[in-house]
Amino acid sequence: MSAGQDRWIHTPPRKSATFDDHAIAEIRRAAATGIYDIRGAGAKRRLPHFDDLLFLGASISRYPLEGYREKCVTEVTIGARHAKKPITLKIPITIAGMSFGSLSAQAKEALGRGASAVGTSTTTGDGGMTAEERESSKTLVYQVLPSRYGMNPDDLRKADAIEVVVGQGAKPGGGGMLLGQKISARVAAMRVLPEGIDQRSACRHPDWTGPYELEIKIHELREITDWEKPIYVKVGASRPYYDTALAVKAGADAIVLDGMQGGTAATQDVFIEHVGLPTLAAIRPAVQALQDLGLHREVQLIVSGGVRNGADVAKCLALGADAVSIGTAALIALGDNDPALEEEYRALGTTAGAYDDWHEGRDPAGITTQDPALAARLDPVIAGRKLANYLSVLTLETQTIARACGKSHIHNLEPEDLVALTVEAAAMARVPLAGTEWIPGEAGGAGPHA
Amino acid sequence: MPTIDLATTPLRELNAALHRRAPDGGEVWRVLNPRGQHAVAAGIDTPVTVEVDGHVGYYCAGMNKQATVVVNGNAGPGVAENMMSGEVRVRGDASQAAGATGCGGLLVIDGNASARCGISMKGIEIVVKGSVGHLSAFMAQAGNLVVLGDAGEALGDSLYEAELYVRGEVKSLGADCIEKALGSEHKAVLVRLLNAAGVGNEIDVNSFRRYGSARKLYHFHMDNIGHY
Repeated sequence: MSAGQDRWIHTPPRKSATFDDHAIAEIRRAAATGIYDIRGAGAKRRLPHFDDLLFLGASISRYPLEGYREKCVTEVTIGARHAKKPITLKIPITIAGMSFGSLSAQAKEALGRGASAVGTSTTTGDGGMTAEERESSKTLVYQVLPSRYGMNPDDLRKADAIEVVVGQGAKPGGGGMLLGQKISARVAAMRVLPEGIDQRSACRHPDWTGPYELEIKIHELREITDWEKPIYVKVGASRPYYDTALAVKAGADAIVLDGMQGGTAATQDVFIEHVGLPTLAAIRPAVQALQDLGLHREVQLIVSGGVRNGADVAKCLALGADAVSIGTAALIALGDNDPALEEEYRALGTTAGAYDDWHEGRDPAGITTQDPALAARLDPVIAGRKLANYLSVLTLETQTIARACGKSHIHNLEPEDLVALTVEAAAMARVPLAGTEWIPGEAGGAGPHA
Repeated sequence: MPTIDLATTPLRELNAALHRRAPDGGEVWRVLNPRGQHAVAAGIDTPVTVEVDGHVGYYCAGMNKQATVVVNGNAGPGVAENMMSGEVRVRGDASQAAGATGCGGLLVIDGNASARCGISMKGIEIVVKGSVGHLSAFMAQAGNLVVLGDAGEALGDSLYEAELYVRGEVKSLGADCIEKALGSEHKAVLVRLLNAAGVGNEIDVNSFRRYGSARKLYHFHMDNIGHY
């Protein structure tokens, strides 16, 4: 056998598609440590998402609006169903609930500054309301969570809206764990817990379970606040049709629907990647529930989980949402995972763009930390300005697409403006596969007029 | 004495009127015919006294501050939930989650309290003259729970720093809850709370057993996984 033929004796090394590098590394990590992986952020694997949709734009039968000239309204009012004082946002993009504790006080302040600069809302989180975020946030949504950390009627009344959190997209059905290294004296005092211990957040509310009791809880919150505040109900995307219908029946003014790409401060990786629905799959069932109840647009739907740019915003709105909410993207705008900090990320065993050990409190960007020295790195004024810039870009991009589709209000975007690039996305978004009239799961097939 | 008859006056008007009370308060209000309505006298923030004649539904005196609310009847779930200060007295029995997440003030239940009494309590003091149901003081963070009768299963499960005192039988203790010595400082707490509940002269504080957190689960560790 000649030397040149040796290479055919063995087949080339072939890695398993099932046991890929990540799967093998995780098996080894589990074998070495005996504990599951905990991390922050949302689902990282490839999922059907907004990139799988395209807008059609205007054509002979659809007139576009002139960019930079003709008006495309972005204002959204939330809570007019029952609240005496509904809130009006200038843009359809809000900042999602993220706790002081998981985030530094500086980061919370920056979120408030950025959101207020462009006329939108921020949201508290599991741990209560800080003075900094109330002061810096023109419109602040106060979360009522199972843990009730930091919960008090004074802050409830200071809030502009109330959000009863049933679940979040990264972990529908799960509670939380804030590890001891982030339980500083201030965080501990706000939560009435000993400093430095691992702090659990319950997965269920302590004083109600089920839709009937949720209705009573919402009623109590309205009574305490004299029926002034809009009340949202936030759910992780799992059974969006029924959860939306039940929340509406319970009296919610708005539904916050968080898909599995939505972030978390700290959760098991297996939970993040394997529980819940992709955001894309959740929107249409929720909208369907509102339509079936005759309350679409009367009860607002706020969608979150993986929104990155104005196209994503526009696609959410076209599928029927009234507004979107961003968390991970907002943190990136503040400076999270900045390549300028690459050396420090490498020292933590990761790289810029992949850093997700937010629970460890060692964030070199000073955002997901309670370390005073690290937190001091984040200038709330500068970071807030970056967030405001980013929110402005999202809004402009949304308007650009809406005008191209001939819409004078962003809420005039509709499913008819969309097509899907994949069969899966077509089925989930209930829009035709591009180039066809086929919507999987609906009557009819590919027609001749595509 | 202002008297509100909930058979003829909407609950919303009662609560709104109580919320408008001047900070110095001091009045006594009487509420008639609550008939199991929810959120009666919720969200008060003034030192007013509200006497409710009859049974109330969920969340009576929810998030109370400063006020004294007396229920001359039974109370539904979540009575005095998230109370900050003041005093709530239930002359009858209370349903589940009495005093849940309460941060301060005193809750006295003359009868029994059902499951999850004092769940996630954060500083409230609760005296139950009867017995409490299962999972009472679950994840209780701070405050005192005094039970003159018995406690159901899994008392103090996943307890933080709340102190639990039970005079009768405890069916079982929850994860990380252990019996602790009853010291003089704890007896002083009991004397104070029993006096506040109006039974200081009737009960010997030495007849109580004290329970608290073993603090073994304060840091998540694989070796403790069997406790969860």
